[in-house]
Amino acid sequence: MTRETWINVAALAVLLGVPLWALMADEPFIITLATRAAIFALAGVGLNLALGTGGLVSLGHAAFFGIGGYAMGILASHAQSYAPIMEAPFLIEGTKSMPVIWLVAMVTSALAALAIGALSLRTSGVYFIMITLAFGQMIYYFAISWPAYGGEDGLSIYVRNEFPGLNTLVPMQFFGLCFAILCLALLLMNAIHKSAFGLALSAARQNETRVLSVGLKPYHLRLVAFVISGAVTGLAGALFADLNRFVSPTMLSWQMSGEIIIFIIIGGVGRLFGPVIGAMIFILLEHTLGGLSEFWHVYLGALLLGIVLFAKGGVIGALAGREKAHD
Amino acid sequence: MTDVVLSTERLFKSFGALKATNDVSLDLRKGEIHALIGPNGAGKSTLIQQITGHLASDSGTVRLMDEDLTGVGSAERARRGLGRTFQISSLAMEHTVLQNAVLGALGQRGNVMSFFKPVMKDAQLVSAAKAALAQVGLAEFAATRTADLSHGQRRQLEVAVALTLKPKAFLMDEPMAGLGLEGAQQMIGLLTELRKEAPILLIEHDMDAVFALADRISVLVYGEVIATGTPEEIKVNPEIRRAYLGDEVPA
Repeated sequence: MTRETWINVAALAVLLGVPLWALMADEPFIITLATRAAIFALAGVGLNLALGTGGLVSLGHAAFFGIGGYAMGILASHAQSYAPIMEAPFLIEGTKSMPVIWLVAMVTSALAALAIGALSLRTSGVYFIMITLAFGQMIYYFAISWPAYGGEDGLSIYVRNEFPGLNTLVPMQFFGLCFAILCLALLLMNAIHKSAFGLALSAARQNETRVLSVGLKPYHLRLVAFVISGAVTGLAGALFADLNRFVSPTMLSWQMSGEIIIFIIIGGVGRLFGPVIGAMIFILLEHTLGGLSEFWHVYLGALLLGIVLFAKGGVIGALAGREKAHD
Repeated sequence: MTDVVLSTERLFKSFGALKATNDVSLDLRKGEIHALIGPNGAGKSTLIQQITGHLASDSGTVRLMDEDLTGVGSAERARRGLGRTFQISSLAMEHTVLQNAVLGALGQRGNVMSFFKPVMKDAQLVSAAKAALAQVGLAEFAATRTADLSHGQRRQLEVAVALTLKPKAFLMDEPMAGLGLEGAQQMIGLLTELRKEAPILLIEHDMDAVFALADRISVLVYGEVIATGTPEEIKVNPEIRRAYLGDEVPA
C-alpha cells in the first residue's frame, strides 16, 4: 500500500472511530458532529470530481447542495401535511422515505447541473467561477422570495425521514447511513478516476488542445463530470437537511459554496480523500475554536493561507507527497 | 488522382487586411512527405490550423480521402484521420508517457464514456499504446511522468500519440524544433519510416531535414504558394532563392 492509501484508511478509521467512542461514552452530540463531517465530506467528494479532476472551479455548488436539501424539505413537508405536491395532470404526493428522497434530490440536482453546466462550460477560468456564482445566487434569491416553502425562514421537518430497517432518529444509525453513502461515493469516484472517462477528463484539465487533437471533446467530458458532481453534492444536501430536520436558503448561499471548496483545499485538491480529511478538520476547528470565539474563521483563514502558500497539495499532499500516476 | 489522401482547394483566410492564406491549393499523396516551407509569418501555422479545423476558413475546402471536411469540428477531423503534432509539445504533463499514448488510443476508439472499467487494464488500448511507444523508441519510458521527459522525448511522444490515432495523414508542425543534432537525426529516421503508415504534411524550419526528407516541397510566402516541386526543382528555382532561401545559398 502506498503512503496515501494508509492516510486514507486512517482518515476513515478516525471518522468511524470517533462516533463509536462517543456511543460508548454517551456523547450523542459528538456523533452528530461526525455525521456533519461525513455529509460535508460527501458534498466535497462531489465537487472534487469537477474541481480536482476536471479543473472546473465551481463557486456555485451550494446550488446543488441546497436543491438536494429542498428536495428533502419539499417532499417531507408535503408528507407531514398530507397535501399532495400536485394533483393535475397526475398525482404527486410527498414522502418520508429516504431512498425516494435521495433519488429525487440526485435527479433534480443533476438536471440543474446539466442546465448550469451547459451554459457555464462555454466559458473558462475566472469567467467560469463568476458565472457559476451567478447561477448559485439566482437560485439563492429565488428560494428567499418563494413563500410557498418558507422563503427566508426556511422549512422545518418534525421527524427525521425513514429508511427501511433502521431507526434514523438514533444518531448512531443515521451516522452509519451517511458513512456508508460516503464510502460508496468514494468507491464510485475511485472507479471514475481510473476509468477511460477519468483519464480523458484529467487530460482535458492539463491540456485541452491535446484532448481535442485525439478527437475527444472537452466540453462533453466536463459537462458529464459537472452533472455527476452536482448529483453527489445534491445527495449530500438531502442528508444535511435530514440531519438538521431543517432546510433554508443558507444552504444555497455562496458561503456554502466556498466552504465546500475549502474542504477540498485543506485536504488536497484532486485527491480522492481530500474532501474527507478537509471536512473533518473543518468540523474539528468549528467545534473547538468555535467554542472559544465566534470569529473562529480567522483561524480557518490562517490555516488556508498556510496551505495555499506552503502545502499546495493540502494535508494529503504534505503527508504523502506528489500524487503517484496510477498504472 | 486516386493516390491523393489530403487536399486543400482554393483555401482563403484573412485577419482584417492581412491575407494569411491566399488561394492555397495543395495535395498530399500516399507514401510521401510533403514539406511546407516559408519565412516566418508566411502563414504556415494558419494553414495547418485551417486543415485541422482549429481555424475556420473564409472559403475553400479541405478534403480527406475525398470527404469534404468543411464545417467538421477539429475533434471530429482528428477522429476521421488527421493526426497532428504541435510546434510546442502539447501533452498531459502529469500523466505518464503510457497514459498519454492510451489517451490517443482512446480517441481512436471514440467511446470515452466508460466510468467503471480501469482504462490502464484495457488490454486492447494498452497494447496499441505500447506499440506506438515502441515505434518511436519510448517503450522503456512508459511509466515515466511526462513532465520528467526531455524535450526531445516529448517530441517523440507527440508522434507516438498521433500514431495511436491510426491516422490517414499526419500534420506535423516543426517536429524538429528545439532538437539537437542527434535528436534531429533520430526524428528524421522516424519520419522516414512513418511515411509508409501515412503521408506527412511537414512544416519545418530545419532546411537540412526538409531536403533530406521531403518528396515534394511547397513554398509559402505571404500566404501564397509560390512554387511546388521536388527538392531539386526547389533548390534551383531562382524566385524561391530570392524570396526565401537567400541568394547566397549554393545550388
